[in-house]
Amino acid sequence: MGNFLLVTIQVDLYDRLALNLEADLVQMVNKTGAKGVLIDISAVSIVDSFMGRIIGNIASMSKILDAETVVVGMQPAVAITLIELGLPLKGVQTALNVERGMDLLKTMIDESPIEDEQEYPEDDPFAQ
Amino acid sequence: MILSLSKDNIEVVREQDVVLLRNRVKEVAVKIKMGLLNQTKLITAASELVRNMLRYGNGGTCLIEVVSRGRDNGVRLTFSDQGPGIADIGQAMRDGFSTGKSLGLGLPGSKRLVNEFDIKSKVGEGTTVMILKWANG
Ligand SMILES: Nc1ncnc2c1ncn2[C@@H]1O[C@H](COP(=O)(O)OP(=O)(O)OP(=O)(O)O)[C@@H](O)[C@H]1O
Ligand SMILES: [Mg+2]
Repeated sequence: MGNFLLVTIQVDLYDRLALNLEADLVQMVNKTGAKGVLIDISAVSIVDSFMGRIIGNIASMSKILDAETVVVGMQPAVAITLIELGLPLKGVQTALNVERGMDLLKTMIDESPIEDEQEYPEDDPFAQ
Repeated sequence: MILSLSKDNIEVVREQDVVLLRNRVKEVAVKIKMGLLNQTKLITAASELVRNMLRYGNGGTCLIEVVSRGRDNGVRLTFSDQGPGIADIGQAMRDGFSTGKSLGLGLPGSKRLVNEFDIKSKVGEGTTVMILKWANG
């Protein structure tokens, strides 16, 4: 199993910083070959459509690089507001905290069928 | 009748002004003891509208007011720009409509997040969007 990247967003990011984060993170996934990305947003009090889109982009680009993304620690008020705003965080899994997020990432990566096929061909009873 | 108890005008010209404005709205909301969920809804709506103003309206101003009606206090925000305006408001208010290749959520979404929402626009003159959130709304 590959390593995970943990990113903690400490403040409400200015747009440029958020865009930098997106670019940096995708580059890090690429460089480290990480299989999972955990984004801790427990300190973020506002997620608008812009920030939501950044999170979605990180998830979809990581996916292309074969890494799963889990967002952890979303404040309840933020979660409720996002639903009312109508912003679907498509392809983004969420978990209560970092620990649960790690567990979720582990199961997601374990269950990845492509990886199973490639890594354990000898386990396949039909392979001959 | 809605009375205006305080007024504060903020100019919005740069991307950095988004977070600045959000912080000012937060201060006012806290002052009238708005709950956290309502604060979050109000500030998120404000964030959407200020982004629209920067992106489509070439920037503008936001008037922040504390208002009261009877015993209720609230925050009223009026975003005004002198940009190109919106030709078809009905279309712009629809979920998913965007001329900026975006999600088209800002206007309809912010309407859902507040108690009162009003939009006026004239092509070639500009756009004004007013939102109001009651502290206990
Ligand atoms: N202040 C404005 N001046 C001129 N046109 C505007 C203004 N605000 C919104 N519009 C128009 O209304 C459309 C819908 O706005 P809305 O905020 O709902 O979606 P968006 O900004 O395109 O996408 P999103 O907010 O989801 O990123 C915009 O695409 C734009 O054409
Ligand atoms: Mg918008």
